[in-house]
Amino acid sequence: MAKVPVQFTLNGSEKAEFIDSGTTLLHALRDKIGDTSPKGGCHQGTCGACSVIIDGELRLSCLTLAETCNGAAISTTSGLSEGGVLHPLQRAFLDTFATQCGFCTPGMIMAAKMLLDHTPNPSRDEVVEALSGNICRCTGYEPIIQAVLTAARSNSQNAA
Amino acid sequence: MALALQTFATVKDANTALKSQGSRYLGGGTLVVRAANEGDVSVSSLVRSTDPALSSIAVTDGKVRIGASVTMAAIARHPDLSSLARAARAVGGPAVRNMATVGGNLFAPAPYGDFAVALLALDATVSTDDGEAPIETFLTGRDSNRAIVTTVGFVLPPQGDFRFLKVSRVKPKGVSVLSIAAVLELAGDGTVSAARIALGCMADRPTRARAAEKALIGRRLTKDGIAPALAAAGEGTSPITDPIASAWYRAEVLPVHLGRLLLT
Repeated sequence: MAKVPVQFTLNGSEKAEFIDSGTTLLHALRDKIGDTSPKGGCHQGTCGACSVIIDGELRLSCLTLAETCNGAAISTTSGLSEGGVLHPLQRAFLDTFATQCGFCTPGMIMAAKMLLDHTPNPSRDEVVEALSGNICRCTGYEPIIQAVLTAARSNSQNAA
Repeated sequence: MALALQTFATVKDANTALKSQGSRYLGGGTLVVRAANEGDVSVSSLVRSTDPALSSIAVTDGKVRIGASVTMAAIARHPDLSSLARAARAVGGPAVRNMATVGGNLFAPAPYGDFAVALLALDATVSTDDGEAPIETFLTGRDSNRAIVTTVGFVLPPQGDFRFLKVSRVKPKGVSVLSIAAVLELAGDGTVSAARIALGCMADRPTRARAAEKALIGRRLTKDGIAPALAAAGEGTSPITDPIASAWYRAEVLPVHLGRLLLT
């Protein structure tokens, strides 16, 4: 099958690849470009482990074809830390023990980042709603909700 | 398995490409890419159109036209469609709502397709390049439909006339046990003068509860007033059985939830 070109911005840097037509963005990111932070859980749009931000919207990379992302700006968890300093959400996930096996964590963090980008001081209900498309089988969710609320508080303290 | 994706600027060209065997239309990907990921070998190529008309929402004089590629998230945040936001937000989680389209929802098999239930209660019209069809006719023949849906249109009911309820076991996001949408018009004396009630999960696709609608006419929205409608709610339904609920359970709880929707 003929390869097709794709070109997009991943975490601020330009990426260009030749892929098989119909390749999912998840597959292109992990196996072509080498960003393994989005995880392939269910490949059905149910678990949210593959969540990435495309042009400012949270999407599932397992159900998105890479070709449809030409020219897009894509953010993944691997682009969050700066100069070895963790993003406040990553820090909070560690501090509140919101990660156990870690498989859902990148998706959770992208969903949470989307929330905090638009709602810097969310209520607990808003956090639950924002994470409602992401499944975690380890933590029982409570530490994750606390992590997002903690990150929101630390963001607002830093801003003050 | 890799799929060949063909992108066309116009719906007309995409419709032509869809005529070839094994091709399916790609909207948001939440149905067709999901099927391909699951190993559905009947899908061998995908077709999409980037026609901007497919992504527009137009509201003029209470008449609404929504392009088939408009997402659930776009409906949920549209200022003129606030009465429908509840139904749009019933679909999936935030990421799915950023992808799932109005057009795709018309084809979503039960237990999915909650927004199509709302569109059925709104008595929407579904447009393709072949013409327009009432949504009920469209849903009946959707399995053999090959023409790309371009828009859905409906008259926006007055504030408060549209009601929607989705029952799921997991909160806030879960797959439907059932969903109910209703458009009720009340006369000056408080009796129901017109009613359209649509049910999700009570068949393999959204269906109208005609017997319940008929039983509501001339009645008040009180416990006694709605009793005949609740008794008739299950008439003509054949609920699905899936891991969420059995057909028996869905049939048992339908009158309970319809009662709650009518009395709110």
